[in-house]
Amino acid sequence: MIAYITRRLLYAIPILVGVNVLTFALFFVVNSPDDMARVHLGVKRVTPEAIQKWKEERGYDKPLLYNGAAAGGGRFIDTIFYEKSVRLFAFDFGRSDQGRDIGYDISTRMWPSLAIAVPVFLMGLAAYLTFALLMAFFRATYVDFWGVVACVAMMSISGLFYIIGGQYLVGKLLSIVPISGYDGGADAFRFLALPVIIGVVSGIGANTRWYRTIFLEEINKDYVRTARAKGLSEPRVLFRHVLQNAMIPILTGVVAVIPLLFMGSLIAESFFGIPGLGSYTIDAINSQDFAVVRAMVFLGSVLYIIGLICTDISYTLVDPRVRFE
Amino acid sequence: MMLSAALRVMLIAAALAAGCSGAPWNNPHPADEDGANILYTSFSERPKHLDPVQSYSENEYVLIANIYQPPLQYHYFKRPYELVPFAATEVPRAQLFDENGRRLPDSADAKLVAYSDYLIRIRPGILYQPHPALAQGAQGRYVYHDLKPGELSGIHAIGDFKATGTRELVAADYVHQIKRLAHPRLHSPIMQLMGEYIVGLKELAAELARADKATAKGGFLDLTRFDLAGAQAVDRYTYRIRVRGKYPQFVYWLAMPFFAPVPPESDRFYAQPGMAERNISLDWFPVGTGPYMLTVNNPNRQMVLERNPNYQGEVYPSEGEPGDAEAGLLGDAGKPLPFIDKVVFALEKEQIPYWNKFLQGYYDASGIASDTFDQAVQFTGQGDVTLSEEMQARGIRLQTSIATTVFYLGFNMLDPVVGGYGERARKLRHAISIAIDQEEMISIFRNGRGIAAQGPIPPGIFGYREGEDGINPYVYDWKDGAPRRKSVEYTKKLLAEAGYPHGRNAKTGEPLLLHLDTTGTGPDAKARLDWYAKQFEKIGVQLAVRPTDWNRFQEKIRKGNVQMYFLGWNADYPDPENFLFLLHGAQSKVKTSGENASNYENPEFDRLFERMKNMYNGPERQAIIDRMVEIARRDAPWVWSLFPKDYTLHHAWVRNRKPNQMANNGLKYQRIDPQLRSQRRREWNQPVLWPAVALLVAVGLSLLPAVRTYRRRERATASIDKA
Repeated sequence: MIAYITRRLLYAIPILVGVNVLTFALFFVVNSPDDMARVHLGVKRVTPEAIQKWKEERGYDKPLLYNGAAAGGGRFIDTIFYEKSVRLFAFDFGRSDQGRDIGYDISTRMWPSLAIAVPVFLMGLAAYLTFALLMAFFRATYVDFWGVVACVAMMSISGLFYIIGGQYLVGKLLSIVPISGYDGGADAFRFLALPVIIGVVSGIGANTRWYRTIFLEEINKDYVRTARAKGLSEPRVLFRHVLQNAMIPILTGVVAVIPLLFMGSLIAESFFGIPGLGSYTIDAINSQDFAVVRAMVFLGSVLYIIGLICTDISYTLVDPRVRFE
Repeated sequence: MMLSAALRVMLIAAALAAGCSGAPWNNPHPADEDGANILYTSFSERPKHLDPVQSYSENEYVLIANIYQPPLQYHYFKRPYELVPFAATEVPRAQLFDENGRRLPDSADAKLVAYSDYLIRIRPGILYQPHPALAQGAQGRYVYHDLKPGELSGIHAIGDFKATGTRELVAADYVHQIKRLAHPRLHSPIMQLMGEYIVGLKELAAELARADKATAKGGFLDLTRFDLAGAQAVDRYTYRIRVRGKYPQFVYWLAMPFFAPVPPESDRFYAQPGMAERNISLDWFPVGTGPYMLTVNNPNRQMVLERNPNYQGEVYPSEGEPGDAEAGLLGDAGKPLPFIDKVVFALEKEQIPYWNKFLQGYYDASGIASDTFDQAVQFTGQGDVTLSEEMQARGIRLQTSIATTVFYLGFNMLDPVVGGYGERARKLRHAISIAIDQEEMISIFRNGRGIAAQGPIPPGIFGYREGEDGINPYVYDWKDGAPRRKSVEYTKKLLAEAGYPHGRNAKTGEPLLLHLDTTGTGPDAKARLDWYAKQFEKIGVQLAVRPTDWNRFQEKIRKGNVQMYFLGWNADYPDPENFLFLLHGAQSKVKTSGENASNYENPEFDRLFERMKNMYNGPERQAIIDRMVEIARRDAPWVWSLFPKDYTLHHAWVRNRKPNQMANNGLKYQRIDPQLRSQRRREWNQPVLWPAVALLVAVGLSLLPAVRTYRRRERATASIDKA
């Protein structure tokens, strides 16, 4: 297992380099260092000298990928790409183009993101699996039929509608929780209740339908019939046997996203005023802060790779037939 | 069993509903702030700079204008805008001198003036906010100026330093800040401009740049070791600024944070190793003498201004413009400022949540977005604007003001088709100017929030003319006491005279195709751009819109690779020079990277501009401005689009609010009635629980048949599966 994980981690290095190159290329195709300087220095009365100075101070005055003026290895080392990327591999995110410590910002902003993402993930998973099992249990009845209709309807609605509609209904008309905002400590509950509920509800349609399909595939297998023949109750058949045997496809979709919970939600954080990493990334893109963008993309890639490795490991836990070979 | 569970839920809900006569559940602010003297507002974008030498944006000024204390400020009520003392004892008048140092009269010709002196005396006794940079120990040594490695562990904000101190504001602090304009690491946006005026500033910048290179990276560059000839402290409370030539607009700069005082101690404090790494800098934690101090700077969530306990000596104005007293705006005359203890700026990125929270009473004031315009405002039969019934019922008040901003569609005067100064090109530009029906555009896309521009100078700025004298005769006729846009037929005639009869080149027969560069994207911009295309179609001209991102747009403008473009300008100060310079040849974007994006160059206009900019307001200056505006209207380098009209709403518990386009330090005048606010919030935000209970019951009931089916199935005997 250790050899397998080591091998997977080694595979990750070229992937991360590739992600870095792609991020770098995409960012600088759209924005030149001059453009970045202008965004940071403002619109009014920006002089070419100020732009040059801004670039020099942040190392954006160097060539992007290849420095023909340098000698030897300096041709590749004395470039924006090398200087801005190599430290990432030591998880040294450096400073943002506005001069802020990115590592500190990430460490403070990941908690609000997690405060929404973890409850949405856990409650959502529990709700989707329960609804899917219920529909599988009541298959071929009106519950199943109208459940599928409701799922299709719910998955057809934009996520933004859930947010705006939820804020209007729960926060404004019913006046039960604040429309948006955030606070630390126990008071956070008041602010997180609505985004968490909306996060769970907005995912019901697609997820329940997906899990229902998985369960219906399992429910007609021989071992289920055997279980019933043994006289097990239907809930026991479903929750004990069907759920366990349907774990592989469930884990494929679930475990990989667990590490990404840190990254936050781009739209929900913006609408609910949650100071998480989702809005951090969006802000960085809007303000053309390459230092933050590359750090967040790098972090996202690392977490995704970890998620995939965890998924593979989880297979062995639920299915003894899977081996690390 | 299921029914009894539902019943229990209902009972709990009913109990909760019964107990909901207290504080509202949806209050986003802490419960202990209920009834406190706090103003709630928001910000949507994190401020980039709070250092007064760098800050130059509206969203930054909203904060630092209330923290720092420049020598001058704008009168809160009087219009036209008038400068009054802030930290200074009086508004300084320039003393003019010739090259031999002889004093010249105020009316002296600008050519004779070698330099102007501004002698500024500040009030004694002004104190800085409590701040660790000023904390001193028993022997008068600064507590935090010589921090050892490790002493900063656990410190991430200015509030983490235990000791604070203050000291009296002195003239040298203003001089220090002027030197900071030249600091090589601070990139002040006005350095180049001020370098042209303040004697010795450019030289100081070069000297500092050399010294900076000799200093270790990030090391402290002590500005007190350098002298600036153009800014000198005369005594403890007086300093002199010397500017080259005659520059009457300079006093307006003295009302901006660029010229606010910064204590040298703060530079020394923030330059210590480890501070920048902890995000502790003057750019993040200001040190001011103004009415408020920034106590929380968490732009991810909220920024909080609290009353500066050391602020004193300023009282509420007793004068205003006609109507202010009747509107109850002068009722607090003579009372000490500020009134509000704390101002909370909460992060609110989206307009919809902000608007809903304003209606709930959780924000005290709001602008009006297009999406909510119809809900907030209605037009009377006479075309007047009033609040909707819903707003009136809540006691909300509406205030409007014309912004000191101009929006325009510019022609690139270097372009071979729309540019140039010949009769042909001029007629083409006039034809386009008439064809674009600005009144219709304002009505459709801005809900009437704006007035069609007749020239570059907006209302409220010296030089603006109203009525018949103020119309652009190349686009409008004066009929029945109002400006009327010239007819499409007249426009077509102009177009034919320009060599494009029916929108086709008279020589080649090819249709006239013009290109408009814009950064507008999305459905709203698309609708607006389609509308523009239709305006051009009216006269048979084809319009090709080239949407582009802001970076490419700026690059095109810089290189002169556009034909037509949209831009706007927000005034730095209320002087016509600040608008007319946008058409000054020396500001040509292509030639000098200036602000004249149309690259307009008219020798007569430029000559008049040089004269006008050095004059004080008066009939002679007005006459020159009239002539300049006439030249600009005739040459038409811009389609004069509109001056936006700002609509703001505030609740009944907010007092003393008056829109002021120039002053950003208006928080200190405002007053709130927290008791009324608490009462209204309770009335408007009673929780409604029955729909949630009803939903639960409905879901429960809908599952009953299914449960019955399940039970039947579980109790049924085994049978052959027919399926």
